[in-house]
Amino acid sequence: MLTIAGTQFSSRLFVGTGKFASSQVMCQAIEASGAQMVTVALRRVDLHNPQDDIMGALDLDKIRFLPNTSGARNAEEAVRLARLARAASGTNWLKLEVTPDPRTLLPDPIDTLKAAELLVREGFIVLPYMNADPILALRLQDAGVSAVMPLGSPIGTNQGIKTAMQVEIIIAQARVPVVVDAGIGAPSHAAQAMEMGADAVLVNTAIAVAGDPVRMARAFKAAVEAGREAFAAGLGSASGTASASSPTTGMLTADLGFIEDR
Amino acid sequence: MDIICNGEQKNISPLTTLQDLALTLGLNPRGIVAELNGKIVEHGSFAEHTLREGDRVELIRFVGGG
Repeated sequence: MLTIAGTQFSSRLFVGTGKFASSQVMCQAIEASGAQMVTVALRRVDLHNPQDDIMGALDLDKIRFLPNTSGARNAEEAVRLARLARAASGTNWLKLEVTPDPRTLLPDPIDTLKAAELLVREGFIVLPYMNADPILALRLQDAGVSAVMPLGSPIGTNQGIKTAMQVEIIIAQARVPVVVDAGIGAPSHAAQAMEMGADAVLVNTAIAVAGDPVRMARAFKAAVEAGREAFAAGLGSASGTASASSPTTGMLTADLGFIEDR
Repeated sequence: MDIICNGEQKNISPLTTLQDLALTLGLNPRGIVAELNGKIVEHGSFAEHTLREGDRVELIRFVGGG
């Protein structure tokens, strides 16, 4: 069972709610994913299309809300969004993200740390989106965050875990859960993160833009469970030389002149 | 009198509250949070805030996001 800030989750798959073609598909996909926590963003109400209401679409008895601070370009904007999110939702849980550059959407480590320190003091349960930097992960943990969310690759790229080496170090050093976020484009990527020992993954684009988002959500659920089970079972170590799976005695062996005996 | 709501100028009648404004705009105040001149107002207290000439109102809600 995964525990973040004293709250237990039986599902290790968190799902983002952006980019879905309709609220109906989104709800069905969340249901199929088994996710117990979903991320949402805060935006100005579109006065010309006021009926677009995601809160009404989600079953808030079954699913925990994780508001994000997407769109924040510095610590100050992130803190403003965080306070608004708490006022709008009543939850003090927050996915902190500070992304100054719209081309890469890479997180600003300095302002993320600054905002995290302040928001933790204000009583927020902070889950920061961060680059896969092991030292930054330690600094954020010292600041009192409740999980760290290193990226696999930039948001929405579907490139998978390009940061595997750093994520492994983050996991090895972690005192809080590690949730691999961003860039997970296929169930195999999610399974890889879980096999590495990540505590959970957050997936949005790969499910939302799939040909059949509901089916893809189910595939991610299975992949996350498989990856976690493999981690718990203990993977064999990789080797550069072959090692026979079948017995190496009693063989009916021909003498092959082109292979040197060693 | 005029206010600025989500960046747009709006003409409203005197004694309009935030609650009235939301309803006039066709919004269910539940699930919405406001900033009135930069200060956060939760939907539960929309009715207690009467708008004044020149007020800057931001109406904000959750949308899909990752």
